[in-house]
Amino acid sequence: MVAPAMDRTVKTASATQKLTMAKGLNMGLRAAMEADPKVLVMGEDVGKLGGVYRITDGLQKDFGEQRVLDTPLAESGIVGTAVGLAIRGFRPVCEIQFDGFVFPAFDQIVSQLAKLHFRSQGRVKMPVVIRIPFGGGIGAVEHHSESPESYFAHTAGLRVVSCSNPLDAYWMIQQAIECDDPVIFFEPKRRYHERAQEVDLSVPPQPLFSSRVLRQGSSATLVCYGPMVRTCLDAATAAAEDGIDLEVIDLRTLSPLDLDPVFASVRKTGRLIAVSEAPRESSLTAEIATRVQQECFYSLEAPVLRVTGFDTPYPPSKLEDDFLPDLDRVLHAVDRSLAW
Amino acid sequence: MTRTTSRPRRRREQDPTPSGTEDPEVLLGHYRRMLLVRRFEERAGQEYTRARIGGYCHLNLGEEATVVGLMAALEPTDYVFTSYRDHGYALARGVDPGRVMAELFGRATGVSKGWGGSMHLFDVDTRLLGGYGIVGGQIPLATGAALAVAYRQGTEVVLCHMGDGATNIGAFHESLNLASLWRLPVVYVVVNNELGMGTPVERSSAEPELHRRAAAYRMTGERVDGNDVLAVRDAARRAVERARRGEPTLLETMSGRLRGHSVVDPARYRTPAERDRLAQADPVARLRGQLLAAGVLTEQAAEALDAEVGQVVEAATEFAEHSPHPEVDTLFDHTHATPVPGETRRLPADPLFPEDQ
Repeated sequence: MVAPAMDRTVKTASATQKLTMAKGLNMGLRAAMEADPKVLVMGEDVGKLGGVYRITDGLQKDFGEQRVLDTPLAESGIVGTAVGLAIRGFRPVCEIQFDGFVFPAFDQIVSQLAKLHFRSQGRVKMPVVIRIPFGGGIGAVEHHSESPESYFAHTAGLRVVSCSNPLDAYWMIQQAIECDDPVIFFEPKRRYHERAQEVDLSVPPQPLFSSRVLRQGSSATLVCYGPMVRTCLDAATAAAEDGIDLEVIDLRTLSPLDLDPVFASVRKTGRLIAVSEAPRESSLTAEIATRVQQECFYSLEAPVLRVTGFDTPYPPSKLEDDFLPDLDRVLHAVDRSLAW
Repeated sequence: MTRTTSRPRRRREQDPTPSGTEDPEVLLGHYRRMLLVRRFEERAGQEYTRARIGGYCHLNLGEEATVVGLMAALEPTDYVFTSYRDHGYALARGVDPGRVMAELFGRATGVSKGWGGSMHLFDVDTRLLGGYGIVGGQIPLATGAALAVAYRQGTEVVLCHMGDGATNIGAFHESLNLASLWRLPVVYVVVNNELGMGTPVERSSAEPELHRRAAAYRMTGERVDGNDVLAVRDAARRAVERARRGEPTLLETMSGRLRGHSVVDPARYRTPAERDRLAQADPVARLRGQLLAAGVLTEQAAEALDAEVGQVVEAATEFAEHSPHPEVDTLFDHTHATPVPGETRRLPADPLFPEDQ
């Protein structure tokens, strides 16, 4: 089990501060590098530039070119090299510049990273974190707006998580780096620079591989992760104006799934809508629906519904708003569930 | 600055005394290890056809001089990554033959507890960091291990073995570029048996003299006769010394493959003339002849060595045969390093809901 990074809670007067998700990630990476000299950051333009999204901003300046490595454009080489570093005891954190760029490294992730602990029968650990800015909403096109999380959740040996807010970003990246298993860390890029939130860094974090009920409700349950969490919270606020009381659960961990809070919620509300940007076929929402009908069969008042991206390549920016689940589509699904 | 060389294959066949200044004991040690690889691999082939080895099985037959020469150039603290044609490397690295054979048999006493099999030998003690079943999968990993050594300013070297086919994957280019750019202590060894399964190297590589590719990375490239254990060893030693100074090398050893790609490949793509040529170049027979001619080995001693090595292989096979298979309840043991919350570890025959038990 990954120990919560208790000793890194901030005890000073500045424990409460305003953070964006980008800043939370940057501070989390910095804290992890300060805590453990074996933590290395590597990726395309992560050093001098600080990454396309500036998540690693200032790290090379403070930790040196040895620990923050600007690599060639070679994802397979980056991840494969990280695996080799991990074999020799390092804890590399690789940045994949955009979601769609992870596919050249897919072989290294699925064939090597996920399997070396197994293949060495426990004698080699793989504490590698692969950070992937994912999802759409920034007017980019395919390769730059994709949601490939299901590929990785389908692979035994990997852990897959996604943060949805600045405070989680700060803690989850540190917990992922502390984990002795490989963690694919999905960051909702369109939420990086949204307005800063007031956070309290003196409160210890919850365990990494656990979901969280963000909003209590009794009418129906929304389960979501990453970029859709903000969308679902907004939907719940809007529904409340119509007297509909929605419960919202942020999964946070996509593999392993922590569905006990979802089961408890569905036993209470009887209705579940799973929301994700990823295309629908064989996706995480399908897994959630299956497990919920297995565990909560007699509690369900309506079939589990899904609001997802479509089964197409990511569309051009003018069609993006039609592709991505938004407040209206979520509320429409809520209405369908309630009217069942 | 580094340079690229295109040396002709060394020809030692005419030299009846490969020893020269070489210590006879060292020569005999090389020969014994080559013989061990030969007899072990022949036995592995037999056991495969008897269905006592499952999956696929790629043998080092014909590669013995390269295997032993490369491993002789390394210190015990150096690291080795290999392709799936890895049995000989484990043996020459000093892994107990019984544990290697047990792994081929899929037994719990094998180097990877029976879970790796022929292609995934893994032994941390001898720093053999894996056979890799995906062609070229080991190349970036070895590069990363070398980066770890460089980072710690260590003196160890990483040797990364691959076949000629692996030089055409993208990660080969990415890795050699990184290694040269970052001055990593790594030796890439391409064992060129001139066939990627059944496709000749000329039909798959636009530059079939594979060591020449080093030029693209301002790296030293060298080609040696892979059937000559001393030539391989000495070239590898030079490469290892360069690597310790932060200069990676691409070393190509020309080494025949006496059988098919794997045990199940009948190698129908080969002509009788090719088979004759390979038999003529057989590195084990060749070294034996040279050692006999040089008086380092007598017929009597050679027969005694045959018997001794035969015993070792027999014992290894018996050990494997009498070792237990892994227990099914170990199925979930090493998928993750840390406990998985909510993991059921449910086997197919177990009840769907534990409370029903």
